Amino acid sequence: MEVFLQQLINGLTLGSIYGLIAIGYTMVFGIIGMVNFAHGDVFMLSAFIALMLFVVLTQLLGMTSIPLAFVIVLIGAMVLTALWNWAIERVAYRPLRGSFRLAPLISAIGMSIFLSNFVQVVQGPRNKTIPPMFDKVIHLTTGGTYDVTLSLKQILIVLVTAVLLAGFWYLVQKTSLGRAQRACEQDRRMAALLGIDVDRTISLTFVIGAALAAVAGVLYMSYYGVVNFSDGFIPGVKAFTAAVLGGIGSLPGAVLGGLLIGLIEVFWSAYFSSDYKDVAAFSILALTLIFMPSGLLGRPEIEKV
Amino acid sequence: MTAMTQTLAERAVTRKAPLLAIRGVKTYYGKIVALKGVDLDVQEGEIVTLIGANGAGKSTLMMTIFGSPRAREGVISFDGRDITRLPTHEIARLSIAQSPEGRRIFARMTVYENLQMGASINKFAYFDQDLERVFALFPRLKERINQRGGTMSGGEQQMLAIARALMSRPRLLLLDEPSLGLAPLIVKQIFDAVKLLNKSEGLTVFLVEQNAFHALKLADRGYVMVNGVITMSGTGRELLAKPEVRAAYLEGGHH
Repeated sequence: MEVFLQQLINGLTLGSIYGLIAIGYTMVFGIIGMVNFAHGDVFMLSAFIALMLFVVLTQLLGMTSIPLAFVIVLIGAMVLTALWNWAIERVAYRPLRGSFRLAPLISAIGMSIFLSNFVQVVQGPRNKTIPPMFDKVIHLTTGGTYDVTLSLKQILIVLVTAVLLAGFWYLVQKTSLGRAQRACEQDRRMAALLGIDVDRTISLTFVIGAALAAVAGVLYMSYYGVVNFSDGFIPGVKAFTAAVLGGIGSLPGAVLGGLLIGLIEVFWSAYFSSDYKDVAAFSILALTLIFMPSGLLGRPEIEKV
Repeated sequence: MTAMTQTLAERAVTRKAPLLAIRGVKTYYGKIVALKGVDLDVQEGEIVTLIGANGAGKSTLMMTIFGSPRAREGVISFDGRDITRLPTHEIARLSIAQSPEGRRIFARMTVYENLQMGASINKFAYFDQDLERVFALFPRLKERINQRGGTMSGGEQQMLAIARALMSRPRLLLLDEPSLGLAPLIVKQIFDAVKLLNKSEGLTVFLVEQNAFHALKLADRGYVMVNGVITMSGTGRELLAKPEVRAAYLEGGHH
């Protein structure tokens, strides 16, 4: 029971991070029908940006308030990562629009390799660490065989994720930007006929996706305290799995899929084998694609005309 | 009725530059030529119709006006300005609206959201007012305001497509086959609405139709397109009286 509760907490924390990354996959797929394989590396990049900002703030500028530094790092990483992704879309995907379907996909794989190699060259191949922060721990149960703990970091991760998702949901559902985004998703040509600048809307989709991935990056870095140039790949593919499981193109699906993948991975590690936790997550990807290609909350391909 | 047509005809004569002028436009799909040099004018305040068989290039012309696909040769100008090379969304922002072929309703958006999309270009300045206006025109839409576009009937979707186009307060309204696949009663309702908009607000309408009889009766002037070229033009009444038009587009064609 204690193990179960503990893993539930851990799973939801990890799942929040996956969910934030998964939104970027699902939004881009929804609007241009492309799986953005570089998205995991954008997430990794954001963790490095966060790391550098954190070091600059606390060591060069001597900032002592960790919560304040955290907020600045979060906002700074969102802005800078969004700029990166905006540039990536302009350079690597936009020129290929209207080309054959595989072209931007291949370009995305190239961009993924470029980003991880770029970070490896400029930051070195070794793990980068930050000093632990928010490491206060609440003991939920005591006296048993095992203490169930909830760390301040975990509360922070779930809270930040929830607040940002609520804001994001409002943006997509209630603002004219979100409406334009959804319209482009359904019929780009018609959106243009109504005066919507489709290219700009696609750019904004990449910007928003990157900002959310940056939140995930900051949370990931503060949770594990370590980041490496190759850290984009596995979390990226897991978040992609989450998007597919939830139904690619569906925003609530991405969040639900993220939480489920987080839970599956953590429970698998606890009850079976942590060596095979990635196998568990990727088996879900294969099973979903075989038996339920439109995912949990996705819509079927065919629509009433 | 006669007095009204005369004033419109006079207006057309006194006003020199047409609102929409299409000159020698050629459009290609790959290597296939779809429009082979089209000349066509729409004066402010007119209803102009373009009739022709399926595949003649009517819808291609409608989309070419919006630069999607782009004319490979020729010039399209709106209100004296060359718009041939403008991006599609910038053409829309000049207050040209289209209810396109196949209606292209945003199926997963509600009626209300579809109408909001229509009002995007004027920043919602007159949104509530315009909403009342289109609801007065198509009361059915008001009943369906929170329904998703994709779940509505063909006639309702057509009304929504026209209402969405009207939400931008267009100076020129392009209607592509608003009668396609609809029951005669609904066709009449839609054509009456177009006529009312033209008479009461002076809205300029360019209408593409296969339903030649209704379209020519409604229009001030008409053009006939065959295989990507304009073969005839004249007032609606003149064209209706022509034996070639009757033989090709009317007899056996309308109910």
